Amino acid sequence: MFSVVPIQYYIFISTVLFCIGVLGVLFRRNAIIIFMSVELMLNSVNLLLVAFSTYHNDASGQVFVFFVMAVAAAEVAVGLSILVTIFRNVHSVDIDELKNLKH
Amino acid sequence: MTVLSKNPVHSVIYLIGCFFAIAGHYLLLNAEFLAVVHIIVYAGAIMVLFLSTLMLMNLNDETEQHKPALAKIGAVIAAGLLLLVLVAVLKKADALPAPVNQDLSIGTIKNLGKVLLDEYLFPFEFSSVLFLSAMIGAVLLTKKEISPQTPKGGF
Repeated sequence: MFSVVPIQYYIFISTVLFCIGVLGVLFRRNAIIIFMSVELMLNSVNLLLVAFSTYHNDASGQVFVFFVMAVAAAEVAVGLSILVTIFRNVHSVDIDELKNLKH
Repeated sequence: MTVLSKNPVHSVIYLIGCFFAIAGHYLLLNAEFLAVVHIIVYAGAIMVLFLSTLMLMNLNDETEQHKPALAKIGAVIAAGLLLLVLVAVLKKADALPAPVNQDLSIGTIKNLGKVLLDEYLFPFEFSSVLFLSAMIGAVLLTKKEISPQTPKGGF
């Protein structure tokens, strides 16, 4: 018994997820929500990688997903700490207000 | 819903639901180990980090101002066009041949560990260096200035 869902459907669902992530980055002003949208985009790519790795019987795709998860975790840790520092200085995480490099 | 809900905490909850759905897809694709790791890392660690940061900042929907309507319409149009182009291109692509005979043991821990530690040993070690530097960076960025004499913003 193997996956009965054709791979085209996985391609389309990850395309839709990626576009929702792009929409989130463009749509909101809260920097945390923008981070979450970036996570959504990374996850759509992960889903596509796993789908193709199953399709081609190759475990390398799943190892790549593993590395993407590691990089995403590190990125979230550093990004959120930067956001906390910004919030401590400016008292806002609104990206339209963060336009000057000095304070 | 992650994008559209006004309260950021609701966005986080919706995003957790989305991650569980993706983990279900991994299970359907016979990648059991990745499904478990996905739930642990994303729903367990990253989302808790997001939630605690949100509550630390104490933001709610009244404080957040939204973009002007023109920018919103522009964002929707841009994302919709990207979706349209990608779907059109992918529909035009040649139909993929039927999958070769599938090996169910690809997603198991045994098989993944073999591949990870044989072929990808160097990137594996390198990711540990990445984690170390990320940890040091996060601690360094969020720690408060200890002595008031240090100039502000200079690390």
